[in-house]
Amino acid sequence: MSRIVLKNINKYYGSNHVLKDVDLTIENGEFMTLLGPSGCGKTTTLRVVAGLEKPQGGTITMDDKLIVNAEELFFESPAKRGLNLVFQSYALWPHMTVFDNVAFGLKVAKLSKTEIKKLVDSALSRMQILQYAERYPSELSGGQQQRVAIARAIAGSPSLLLLDEPLSNLDAKLRIDMRSELKRLHQEMGTTVIYVTHDQVEALTLSTRIAIFFEGRIEQIAPPMELYQNPATLRVAEFIGNPRINLIDGDAKVENGRMTVTSALGTHVFDRAQFTAAAPESGSFPCRLGFRPEQIHISRHDGPGAVAARVYSGMPAGSETLIQLAIGSDAFLGKQLGIRHYQADEQVYLTIHESLLNVFDAKTGALVKLADSSAE
Amino acid sequence: MSNQSGALPFSRRRRFKNRLRNIFTNPYNLITLIAVILLAYLIVVPLMEMIKTTVTLAKSDLRRVKGGTAGEFTWYYWNRLLFSDVSRNLFWVPLKNSLIIAVCTSVISITMGSLIAWLMVRTDLPGKKFFSLAVIIPYMLPSWCKSMAWLSVFRNETIGGAAGFLSYLGIQSPDWLAYGPVAIIIVLSIHYYAYAYLLVSAALRSVNSELEEMGEIVGAGKMLILRKITFPLVLPAILSSVILTLSKSMGTFGVPSFLGLKVGYYTISTSLYSTIQSQKGTGFAISLVLIALASVDIFINQRLIGSRKSYATIGGKGGRSTLLSLGKWKAPIVILLVLFLLVAVVLPLVILLYQTFMLRAGDYGLDNFTLHYWLGEADPNISDGLPGVFKSPQFWMYVKNTLKLVGLTSIIATICGQMIGYINSRGRHLRSGKLVEQLVFIPYLIPSIAFGAMYLAMFATPTKINLFGLELTLIPSLYGTFTVLVLVSIVKHLPFASRAGTSNMLQISTELEEAGQLAGANFVTRFFRIVFPLAKNGFMSGLMLILISIMKELDLIVILMTPTQATLPYMAYTYSTSGFQQPASAVAIVMFVMVFFFYWVANKFFHADIAGGL
Repeated sequence: MSRIVLKNINKYYGSNHVLKDVDLTIENGEFMTLLGPSGCGKTTTLRVVAGLEKPQGGTITMDDKLIVNAEELFFESPAKRGLNLVFQSYALWPHMTVFDNVAFGLKVAKLSKTEIKKLVDSALSRMQILQYAERYPSELSGGQQQRVAIARAIAGSPSLLLLDEPLSNLDAKLRIDMRSELKRLHQEMGTTVIYVTHDQVEALTLSTRIAIFFEGRIEQIAPPMELYQNPATLRVAEFIGNPRINLIDGDAKVENGRMTVTSALGTHVFDRAQFTAAAPESGSFPCRLGFRPEQIHISRHDGPGAVAARVYSGMPAGSETLIQLAIGSDAFLGKQLGIRHYQADEQVYLTIHESLLNVFDAKTGALVKLADSSAE
Repeated sequence: MSNQSGALPFSRRRRFKNRLRNIFTNPYNLITLIAVILLAYLIVVPLMEMIKTTVTLAKSDLRRVKGGTAGEFTWYYWNRLLFSDVSRNLFWVPLKNSLIIAVCTSVISITMGSLIAWLMVRTDLPGKKFFSLAVIIPYMLPSWCKSMAWLSVFRNETIGGAAGFLSYLGIQSPDWLAYGPVAIIIVLSIHYYAYAYLLVSAALRSVNSELEEMGEIVGAGKMLILRKITFPLVLPAILSSVILTLSKSMGTFGVPSFLGLKVGYYTISTSLYSTIQSQKGTGFAISLVLIALASVDIFINQRLIGSRKSYATIGGKGGRSTLLSLGKWKAPIVILLVLFLLVAVVLPLVILLYQTFMLRAGDYGLDNFTLHYWLGEADPNISDGLPGVFKSPQFWMYVKNTLKLVGLTSIIATICGQMIGYINSRGRHLRSGKLVEQLVFIPYLIPSIAFGAMYLAMFATPTKINLFGLELTLIPSLYGTFTVLVLVSIVKHLPFASRAGTSNMLQISTELEEAGQLAGANFVTRFFRIVFPLAKNGFMSGLMLILISIMKELDLIVILMTPTQATLPYMAYTYSTSGFQQPASAVAIVMFVMVFFFYWVANKFFHADIAGGL
């Protein structure tokens, strides 16, 4: 259990600036996910915390103990940071049995034989692979190797557990199993976890908070549902959520503390209470309206506040049906539970709760109007 | 108990302290530092010493240079080599000869090698499994052994001494065939075609046959496909083998000395060998020229095909390859190949072996049969009283020397190679990694005989420096010791050893090491518990290949050899040059057996790839 504070971390590979002023505080017992597209710096951040990479600028403290001070070239050795890492490739030592893989760190730490046996067995049974202790990694399936890698990382009860895209090499079904396994593991052990992934579903389902990276910078740090409902920028909005958020163009005007937004969905007026800090005091600007597919109510009958739309195509998938819709030249996606059938070019009527709408400044990409989750 | 150091203001002193600590606790830095110092000492210093010797007047040459004092700067040696009355015989003619031999050998061996490679990879040649092994056997035999066999067949009465097999049958082989350029070119071609064969067949295998099938689909004929698609794709490999063969045959010593010296036919390397005995300065100047030629060669290789090489592997390994049917050509080609192998492999071996059983050299009759050269006691009437090799204490001493030399050097060279490989693989992006990579590449540029000469220059006399009144021996005099043979063999084989080490280390993911680092293992623990166990197989196969290569070595150590430190190749060489054919052949046969044995061990137990020895 520990609290990690990264301040102003800067990292270069040659002239390539890969981490730009990264500030991040991870509270004790948190499950913090670093999320972003590939090459955004999330794995580098993890390796900097682990001590496998040395940043050129910034400090890191762990429970108020300084472990990195780049200006003074001070880097605590990885082994002394009280953490462990699960590599994306698992990095299991192929010449050691499962038992020896898990026991290696404990042997290096010169624990007694009985104690090692006890700790290894407990880690292996926690990951439900005790029966494979005498096998070599090559004799295990991918999912089992993954469990060994996690068992090896938790055997020494690290106060901080780092996971680098641990599920990316597993098939879809195993991935869901391991996801719930990891969530349970975190709750049982109470260890602080930093988890790197590019899979936003993993991030949303596992984390207590998510730090989302773009091009070496943290764009937003927020709990998963907040990230989903109020992405701070257009980039974050487009990255989070599957299917993707719908974005349509509109015009916004701020006047007397009110924002009037006109778009294909009609005209909406928002109160100052819903503004973000990025919202301008007054004036008009082009904007983009964001709303999630499941927030659209589709009806075959006109009603109050409904707008007419055309069905482009309906795509039933059993548990849900995705409907591609169009109003004029604006195209977007709707989602309904269960099996629904729509004809192409059918006329339907849509209602969207206006308080759920996100409004972004089209130029800066910043969120200017929050969605109010309590409104639904 | 919060440690407030995070809040302390920036301290220059702490930064400096941490910097020093980071440098000296990083094992990568330490190994690199040691490697750079050692490599500079063993490669750059000898080269410098050699250059210095060529422009420093030696005491022994004082009478030739008027008013000179020993140790002063002089152009005398270079002048003598390039612009004096003797330079024609000393330098220009041998240079011309070397170039002719190099070019002819390259043309013949590349044509032969590429053709065989194409037959083996792309056609439905029967008995491929047998042929694929048989065609590389000539490469396993040292080239000087083949020249001994050549002499046993073609030696005529011009030179005196026992005549060869053909003379016995009553056929007088002409001088131009028995000795000189033709003989040298043929023997070298039979040896070096293996380079072209190995490189081109690897390239052919990597060409996806879908590329050729695409040509077929658009309607190109077989010859057109071969010319326009297959050939351009393997061209880089062919050019590579041209360069390799050129530089190898230019610097080779054994073959031209066996087949050329007796008729006064000199190449650069044999001229170097004989000059160095009388006048070191001039001899070293010749080796510098030889080094320069080889370097230009390899430089051209890098410039010309360095960038084009990349497409050779595009398309990856063709999963399925359609074989060309040889049709009615099948039988003639098989017969031709078998004949070729008979001439290149079986004949030399049989002749050499047969020769060891002949009491009088040149008499192939059954009544001449004897085991004397194997088991006989010393008899003053036969070969100046040389006993049979198995009875000769000298032979056993040489066997011991050889085994000691190959054992020591291959182990040390492999360990160094793995260490350097570690630096190269982990420091690819760093300047230090590149420096080590380049330093270690230098011995590859230098022909073996010139490399031996370099070590002669460095270790002939001790170099001492005076440090605060304390006399330190910077370079000890090692000439005539076993140590210098070990050193020269190690350093000359470092390029191969470190390349094997690099590819070995690249296979071990850095994450495996990082996982150990996180588990708290220090560098030594990581190296012995994680890296080494995983590198073991590559380590052993590299070791075996180096061992075999050193065992066959004659060119490299011939200059540094003294009778008590000699090895088997040197023993065969001296016997043969003194006219003792049967003992020489017996020693060569023993060499064969040992080389084959080690190849077998390497292949059987360590899956060593013989092509890796290039």
